[in-house]
Amino acid sequence: MKSILKAENLVSYIGLYTILQGVDVEVNKGEAIAILGRNGAGKTTFLKTIMGLVNTRSGSIELEGESLVGMPAYNIAKKGIGYVPEDYGVFDELTIEENLRLAVRKETPDGEDRIAKVFDLFPDLKIAYKRLAKTLSGGQRQMLSISRSLVNDNKIILIDEPSKGLAPVVIESLGLALREISKESTILLVEQNFSLACAVASRYYIIDEGKTVLNGTIKDLLKDKELQAKHLGI
Amino acid sequence: MDIFLTLVINGLSEGALIFLMASGLSIICGLMGVVNFSHGALFVWGGYTFVWIYRMTNSFVLGILAAVISVFILGIIFEKFFVNKVYGNAPAQILITLGLQIVFTDLVRLLWGATPIAVGRPAYLAGTTIIAGVTIVHYRVFLIVVGLLVALIVGYILSHSKTGMIIRAGVQRPDMVQALGINIKLYFTIVFAAGAALAGLGGALYAPLVGNVVSTAGAYNQILAFIVVVIGGLGNFVGTAKGCIFLGIMGAFVAWFAPSLAVVANVGLMAIVLAFKPEGLFGTAVKK
Repeated sequence: MKSILKAENLVSYIGLYTILQGVDVEVNKGEAIAILGRNGAGKTTFLKTIMGLVNTRSGSIELEGESLVGMPAYNIAKKGIGYVPEDYGVFDELTIEENLRLAVRKETPDGEDRIAKVFDLFPDLKIAYKRLAKTLSGGQRQMLSISRSLVNDNKIILIDEPSKGLAPVVIESLGLALREISKESTILLVEQNFSLACAVASRYYIIDEGKTVLNGTIKDLLKDKELQAKHLGI
Repeated sequence: MDIFLTLVINGLSEGALIFLMASGLSIICGLMGVVNFSHGALFVWGGYTFVWIYRMTNSFVLGILAAVISVFILGIIFEKFFVNKVYGNAPAQILITLGLQIVFTDLVRLLWGATPIAVGRPAYLAGTTIIAGVTIVHYRVFLIVVGLLVALIVGYILSHSKTGMIIRAGVQRPDMVQALGINIKLYFTIVFAAGAALAGLGGALYAPLVGNVVSTAGAYNQILAFIVVVIGGLGNFVGTAKGCIFLGIMGAFVAWFAPSLAVVANVGLMAIVLAFKPEGLFGTAVKK
């Protein structure tokens, strides 16, 4: 399978603190990969480092063989990476329409069609199209955030804890939507909700104290209760 | 009645002038979150550049263009080399922009001297017309028209264009705008420079109104601009425009009926607004 994203021995820092201390992850085309780990393990920082929002000290990040290290965030996004941050990152003072239109990049000629397509996935957004994002519920904000990553022809979508703070019923429908998205897109998913991660991803990496400590298939992980307890506290 | 209408026209033209200064400040201070105390220096540079080119070429339009372009470039320099380093750090912004204000106002004195330089209005804007006993000064009407045009153009850009969307979004979440593939730093530089250019335009148009240009005009007008930005609501562009009209008309009436209270009235109004409606008189300010 063709490798889309590859991080090797990645070390990154925020201010005086080194957060990632050797992360190795490889995502192949069409895969949905889950990044698992306890709170504060460095999962969110890993996604931010890929996006160029956190500085890399050493190691490499490659998108289809091209190095992303040192590249400004806006160029990384233009290379074909969609990003859904854990706090949704929607623009409160903009309407849903404006949030979506802003996300369509110049090099995406079929942006309008893509916006129409996300409404099939998230009909709630179509109803509230002209509403300001600040008026949306947590679930709707998450839908909007994910939708923004779908309006371009991205090579990979990084999704950070989409279930965080959402009601169980919303998480269930979100899981269905993510599974639908994973049929057409390559996904790197950071998720604390183990059942959601397992429903979406086929492989996993576990990050602990800023390092990749384990990887394998979700099938194997589901069978191994001892491993789940040791690394994920389940 | 005649004096009432004359004062309204005077107030509106003063308001338009304050608006040119304040609209730039509203964008820079209100939307970008930069406490910009160098705005007065940019205003003065606009004024002096205008007078310099106007006297040299005898062309009012060339003088205005030169003022706008030169202050736009100055805005780029300010943002790229100074302001850009202190985003999100208000005390540092105050210090650095205050420093720029002092240095660049002194540079004006060094280049053009401390004595006011007289400047007239072009012949086609110099006259007056009397309608129903009310004297209408052409230059003041011209200022009102320019202020209205600028308000409409900037208002349209902010609320209806993709650039406006990017600015509004970038102010709230610059990291997320970058993550969508947009170079927000470039936009911030351009927005700062555009705000500076508006101050430059204000400085250029102010000189023929008062008949001269002087280096101290920047500080005075900057205070007025800050007052309307506060009254209008920080980050609320429409509120700033309304604040300018309000302050302009109030200033004209106070200057006529109680001239000694002119400055006190402005500052007093700001203090009352801050005390009772800190989000501004005209609607809600943009939350960050």
